Amino acid sequence: MRQVAIYGKGGIGKSTTTQNLTAGLGEMGKNIMIVGCDPKADSTRLILGGLAQKSVLDTLREEGEDVELENILKRGAFNIRCVESGGPEPGVGCAGRGIITSINMLEQLGAYTDDLDYVFYDVLGDVVCGGFAMPIREGKAQEIYIVASGEMMALYAANNICKGVQKYASTGGTRLGGIICNSRKVDGERELLEAFAKELGSQLIYFVPRDNMVQRAEINKKTVIDFDPKAEQADAYRGLANAVDSNDMFVIPKPMPQERLESILMEHGILDI
Amino acid sequence: MSSMEKVLDQYSSKVYKNRKQHILEKADEVQQIAADVRTVPGIMTNRGCCYAGCKGVVLSPIKDAAVITHGPIGCGFYTWGTRRHKAKGDENTKNFLEYCFSTDMQEADIVFGGEKKLRQAIKEVVEIFDPATVVICSTCPVGLIGDDIHAVAAEAEKLYGRKVMAYSCEGYKGVSQSGGHHIASNGLIKHVIGTGDRVPKKYAVNVLGEYNIGGDGWEISRILKRIGYDIICSLPGDGSYVEIKSAHVADLNLVQCHRSINYVAEMMKEQYGTAWLKVNFIGVKGTIESLRNMAKFFGDEDLIAKTEEIIADELAAIMDDMEYYKTKLKGKTAALFVGGSRSHHYQGLLKELDMETILAGYEFGHRDDYEGREVIPTIKQDGDSKSIESIKVEKIPDKYKVYLSEDRYAKLKEEIGLESYEGMIKEMENGAIIVDDMNHFETEEFLKLLKPDVFFSGIKDKYVAQKGGILSRQLHSYDYSGPYAGFSGAVNFARDVTMGIYTPAWGYVKAPWKTEPTLEGQVAGGER
Repeated sequence: MRQVAIYGKGGIGKSTTTQNLTAGLGEMGKNIMIVGCDPKADSTRLILGGLAQKSVLDTLREEGEDVELENILKRGAFNIRCVESGGPEPGVGCAGRGIITSINMLEQLGAYTDDLDYVFYDVLGDVVCGGFAMPIREGKAQEIYIVASGEMMALYAANNICKGVQKYASTGGTRLGGIICNSRKVDGERELLEAFAKELGSQLIYFVPRDNMVQRAEINKKTVIDFDPKAEQADAYRGLANAVDSNDMFVIPKPMPQERLESILMEHGILDI
Repeated sequence: MSSMEKVLDQYSSKVYKNRKQHILEKADEVQQIAADVRTVPGIMTNRGCCYAGCKGVVLSPIKDAAVITHGPIGCGFYTWGTRRHKAKGDENTKNFLEYCFSTDMQEADIVFGGEKKLRQAIKEVVEIFDPATVVICSTCPVGLIGDDIHAVAAEAEKLYGRKVMAYSCEGYKGVSQSGGHHIASNGLIKHVIGTGDRVPKKYAVNVLGEYNIGGDGWEISRILKRIGYDIICSLPGDGSYVEIKSAHVADLNLVQCHRSINYVAEMMKEQYGTAWLKVNFIGVKGTIESLRNMAKFFGDEDLIAKTEEIIADELAAIMDDMEYYKTKLKGKTAALFVGGSRSHHYQGLLKELDMETILAGYEFGHRDDYEGREVIPTIKQDGDSKSIESIKVEKIPDKYKVYLSEDRYAKLKEEIGLESYEGMIKEMENGAIIVDDMNHFETEEFLKLLKPDVFFSGIKDKYVAQKGGILSRQLHSYDYSGPYAGFSGAVNFARDVTMGIYTPAWGYVKAPWKTEPTLEGQVAGGER
């Protein structure tokens, strides 16, 4: 079982990328579970064809002791198992603690079955506190992919996430598998991300081009492969799935100081974006 | 090598550097001690937390208040009655000291926020108990998840038509429970004092910083009432919210525990003009001096005469007992390690019993409690002390009243020491050891080196001394005894100490590992 966590700046397309990637892997015949680690509970919408999911924490709160796996785990397209951690409404409580509670609950309930080839954790935003680092702590996710684009803030966030990965790499054995570029069609984007990934000691594992097809599929609550298997973008996600499936480069990232990050941005001349 | 050096010598250089500033041997020159700073991590300290100081010490004894601990159940449970602050209700005053109110936060409350549960707790407390006021004290997790207890309090206050106060006293704040005393004092000044309208009688006083442990406060009130004082409020021992509201109408504030309550006394001086006097009702001499100073403050001949009459009467009742215990205790030595005032207060009483204090220290005292208030301007503020809110108050003209004329104030300030406190060190004998934030290692080492006949401290180190054969008496809770204050309290104290010293049961117990090996075996590879 490969446990994979997807991180990246808020709004970069983590959930979209994760679901389209898992669709590609699902099409290859892999057994997959997605664990959404975002209080908004929208990480599995495209696989399930809508927000038809009761989150682990909501169920825990309402049902108390009597939580059954079938209440919180739903199967969607490509037989992908979907779980949403859920969490408090914005501004109250502790979403980080919620993720810890919910992952522990999934383990207790036996969600991690031996037939699984992949478990994906789709984690919100930056690694802001210990709770959001849960998937990479205690050796849960061994592989991290960071979704980024050629925009400055996305790279700041990616670099920051690498600090979290680096921290837990020594204790939990987690490694960075690469950077996934979810293209914003910024000039010199591929070169910039390649340079950035190289500086981290990692790789740009895949470049996902920008295509309106993604949005069209999303409106229809579907992944691209599911919505239009013949589309060019579907092949792009199949490519990503292949790249992840055959990836053998796992490193402890070397996050760079602010000045170095800025000089890479300068080199590739996109600071005016 | 002095015993102080012998203890310090065992530390690594880094710890040595830190601890050496906290330990003194009393000498003739003016000495400075480090206090109210962080304990070196890893050291076993006796200190408590901010919540313990705010909720456990200052707010809990207020009998007609329902104090709700917002947090998981342990914090509420372990501050429930453990300090032995006693209180009695009457037909007009409810007493909730037998109860423990807590929101008992669970994991789901941490994740989703605990405000809803807090609202529900306040509703239940009001509906079931109808308290005069509701007090909310927050614990660590509440601070971490950011529940807005002040907003909940404001909302509940409107809803239930009574004072609802919130105290952000998360345990992690500051360096010890001392920060909690300050936070509690701030709240009492902001929300309670000045809101009542009791009409004072002659000689109106407040007893501040007296916690009625084992009934101390009752003994003090008994004496004050015999003389003819009008006690507006006792804050907080056996005190009530309703009485504390009118604290500002008193002519004089008596400060027993300087550390925990000087904030209230200082702020009331500013706001209402109330003068304050440091008193010490522990020990016969301390009590007499305090009573005489109070009489001088009011300057009334009748009051002065009555004071002397009561002193003579009370003394007559205890003289024989005190003389008897003196013969029993003469020449015995004592070490004291208590919170922030008692280590000082009890030294006078020990002296009266012909006992010698060879070591004394505070858990959480500040430099002024050791060296006297005159050092306050020189105390360096650091990040930890700044993290505890310090409020600025202003004169409240319509409630401001000054009892003494300017001349008399100036004269008395010198004579009886208004608004001043000399601290502990000045009264100690040369050669005595002073230890701030004494840890378990130092406790064991000093007890071994100094061999005091009795060690006065608290529950956390009591059994270390006791099982080592040294008499231990708790000065936080008085074990199961008391009162120790005033005249008859001095006799109770002398009796308890005498009983302990002449019943050295633990000294006869020999630890099994001292006579027989705990493990038997052979060294592998060694010769048979």
